[in-house]
Amino acid sequence: MAETLEVKELAEVAVRFSGDSGDGMQLAGNIFSTVSATVGNSISTFPDYPADIRAPQGSLTGVSGFQVHIGAEMVYTPGDKCDVLVAMNAAALKTQYKYAKPNATIIIDTDSFGAADLKKAAFQTEDYLGEMGIDPDRVIACPITQMVKDCLADSGMDVKAMLKCRNMFALGLVCWLFDRDLDIAFNFLREKFAKKPGVADANIKVIQAGYDYGHNTHSSAQNVYRIETKHKVPGRYMDITGNKATAYGFIAAAEKAGLKLYLGSYPITPATDVLHELSKHKSLGVTTVQCEDEIAGCASAVGASFAGALAVTSTSGPGICLKSEAINLAVIMELPIVVLDVQRGGPATGLPTKSEQTDLLQALFGRNGESPMPVIAATSPTDCFDAAYNACKMALEHMTPVILMTDAYVANGSGAFKLPDLADYPAINPPYVPEEMKGTWTPYMRNGNGVRYWAVPGREGFQHILGGLEKDNKTGAISTDPENHNLMTHLRQEKIDKIQVPDLEVLGDKDDAELLIVGFGGTYGHLHAAMDEMRAQGKKVALAHFKYINPLPKNTAEVLGKYKKVVVAEQNMGQLASWLRMKVDNFTPYKFNQVKGQPFVVNELVDAFTAIINK
Amino acid sequence: MAYTAQDFKKGQPRWCPGCGDHFFLASLHKAMAEIGIDPWNTAVISGIGCSSRLPHYMATYGMNTIHGRAAAIATGAKVVNPSLEVWQVSGDGDGLAIGGNHFIHANRRNINLNMILLNNRIYGLTKGQYSPTSPRGFVSKSSPYGTVEDPFRPAELCFGARGHFFARAVATDAQGTVAILKAAQQHKGAAVCEILQNCVIFNDGTHESVYSKEGRAKNAIYVEHGKPLIFGENREYGLMQEGFGLKVVKIGENGVTEKDILVHDAHCQDNTLQLKLALMGNGDGFPVALGVIRDVDAPTYDDSVTAQIEDVSSKKKYHNFAELLETNDIWEVK
Repeated sequence: MAETLEVKELAEVAVRFSGDSGDGMQLAGNIFSTVSATVGNSISTFPDYPADIRAPQGSLTGVSGFQVHIGAEMVYTPGDKCDVLVAMNAAALKTQYKYAKPNATIIIDTDSFGAADLKKAAFQTEDYLGEMGIDPDRVIACPITQMVKDCLADSGMDVKAMLKCRNMFALGLVCWLFDRDLDIAFNFLREKFAKKPGVADANIKVIQAGYDYGHNTHSSAQNVYRIETKHKVPGRYMDITGNKATAYGFIAAAEKAGLKLYLGSYPITPATDVLHELSKHKSLGVTTVQCEDEIAGCASAVGASFAGALAVTSTSGPGICLKSEAINLAVIMELPIVVLDVQRGGPATGLPTKSEQTDLLQALFGRNGESPMPVIAATSPTDCFDAAYNACKMALEHMTPVILMTDAYVANGSGAFKLPDLADYPAINPPYVPEEMKGTWTPYMRNGNGVRYWAVPGREGFQHILGGLEKDNKTGAISTDPENHNLMTHLRQEKIDKIQVPDLEVLGDKDDAELLIVGFGGTYGHLHAAMDEMRAQGKKVALAHFKYINPLPKNTAEVLGKYKKVVVAEQNMGQLASWLRMKVDNFTPYKFNQVKGQPFVVNELVDAFTAIINK
Repeated sequence: MAYTAQDFKKGQPRWCPGCGDHFFLASLHKAMAEIGIDPWNTAVISGIGCSSRLPHYMATYGMNTIHGRAAAIATGAKVVNPSLEVWQVSGDGDGLAIGGNHFIHANRRNINLNMILLNNRIYGLTKGQYSPTSPRGFVSKSSPYGTVEDPFRPAELCFGARGHFFARAVATDAQGTVAILKAAQQHKGAAVCEILQNCVIFNDGTHESVYSKEGRAKNAIYVEHGKPLIFGENREYGLMQEGFGLKVVKIGENGVTEKDILVHDAHCQDNTLQLKLALMGNGDGFPVALGVIRDVDAPTYDDSVTAQIEDVSSKKKYHNFAELLETNDIWEVK
């Protein structure tokens, strides 16, 4: 135990809560991130669930982790490795220690390191710290289970209920370590358990006990830390995962467009939470159909779009394979739908719970015929909201299916979401056929953007037949005329090419970078963190991150041509690089490709990019 | 508003002369006119195949979509726009082979669609392969030595999926076809109409025994709810229950009187006898059943979706996006 206690200022810290799936690690992590966010810290979280639904208690496969990264300034990722690891049992220490930095503080519940626990976690001896090479001075070893029982002895709760509060003791200890204001945590619990005040009181009591334990013993810590944000962005915030933000973006777009929101979907990891979320909100008029298969999910969305709704279908890569024919139907019928692809590891069933960016070329090209359609990729959990909103706006205003790409990492991760005001968002104006065109209108007449008009059933005088067969540009009747097909193919391509997307933004040393980092979608945080790290080391580095992939921003060639060295870093074998090389003459980037199913590791990026600079 | 068949007609059909689709199309135009729903409040949605060309000859809204998906596409259209009268049109390949999954699930959900199954027991558009309704041993381009598989019987599939409406007509029988189309439209929920139709090119004569008026008089029975199951050129035959099955009896023979004849109950929840009627075939010595075989009320999917939205809306306190945000744990940074 350290004699004196220093208060150290930290720029950022990552805390990983780990334990059995039932130990409430996510709740502890959520409260810690909320408490930190409330004082203005920036936050990023990521859950790490076990693959098994119900692994045996205390087993290595049953460990679940929840990492929270907080920073005085912006944090972009949940952090490569943690500064504090909470391990609620032996299995958690065994499996999670690899995510801890070499000098990390380890908090363990010694009551869960008995002989049976050690055996289940495959420790060979009782010297579990020694076995793992952990310096005991860095360990806060606390009999958490016993202390929770003692703390709640007078509560009248049964032991099982008491033990559910163990996570709060660990949280209290972490709050002490980082000098957090407990009142915020207390308020959080009072609201969460508003209907069960007894549960709230017990949790509050245990947090306080954990905090006091740290304070009274100074534990084994040499310091406590402060993370103070100097440039706060005032406002009201909530914690949001990428999948929830995506669902919210759809809801917001439907409201703005004045349309009913329809989701046709089939459960698939890691996209299912979007179906769950939207299914809750019937009071907003959201209609969700859990369809018989992926095909019906997309096909029913096409039908819903025809009938006048904002129609969405959600899935992951294997589902995109199955939906591709129905997506193509929307391409040729020029009806708006949004297809959400929450990417996971492939091919086939692949790595269902893991994250990759390997569907990009499938999104761009995975359909028969000339089948151009917009592709948008969300860059962070909170960005999923804007990305979903913009995907809906683009689909509705340009009468086209749009693929919205996220990935398992972005979908399950969370960040602090500043509550949006819909008044600040651009209007959504679908090109409804003007009434005065009655009598002269045919289905493929186009407006100035090359977009055909939308005539929703129910309007007298605008009856028409759409379909998967090529149509005559003038009459809308089935046509196999060679010139007409050539024309229609060009018109469909031009319609997509004409869509305006924001220019590609260059961050960092935009004027004199030695290396431009290029990426897309969910790797934004890691690439940004790598750039920051390299700049802190004195290197000149810039980042250009793509959110709009088809059509590409107008300044793409200009940006990519401006720097001597460019590296395209992506979680696939080089799909964005291939697409950019198709679209930009003489573009020959370096490539950094990892397909591990895991997020990038910032340090590995820094090493790889530094090596490119030194080449 | 009063309509005529002309109000629903469009274009010049391009099916082969004599194709059953021509007859069916004329009956559909007539039925729609008699039903009287505006063409602009009507949508006809088909998949792919000869018969799926049908929407192009309708003055309604419509889509001629992709192979097999018509029922799924129609489901999406109906659920977001329940006031739209949706007709889904498929052939036996489109509806029961590539689209079999959507066919059974539309029936299970009981979405309020009028589902037309144009059954000619052959793939015509791809020029003559056997279909899932072709009989065992059927010789076609893809089964030159005869098929070695049993066909689906559409009613069995519909009933197995808990379908609540099944009717059958012969394409050449305009009166019978119009009658079942109107009944299907009246029925709330998924309503399957099997249309027996000829393919003059690749499967000529497949429904020969009932294709002519004379043939039907001899070989078919028109079933009608509440009426005894009597048939024959002189209405001399009837159906009776025997053990677990049905039997054909001659009225006046062996002491059988009209009173002994089974009375058709299309509204009976238990589909056992309805299925027996539907599965009767000339080969087994029975008449082919035509008309509305099953017509049972049940909650429809689209009504239930709407009702649930209304119910939840009345209970929840948030009704727009701004209110939704407030349901979350929110903190304020000052």
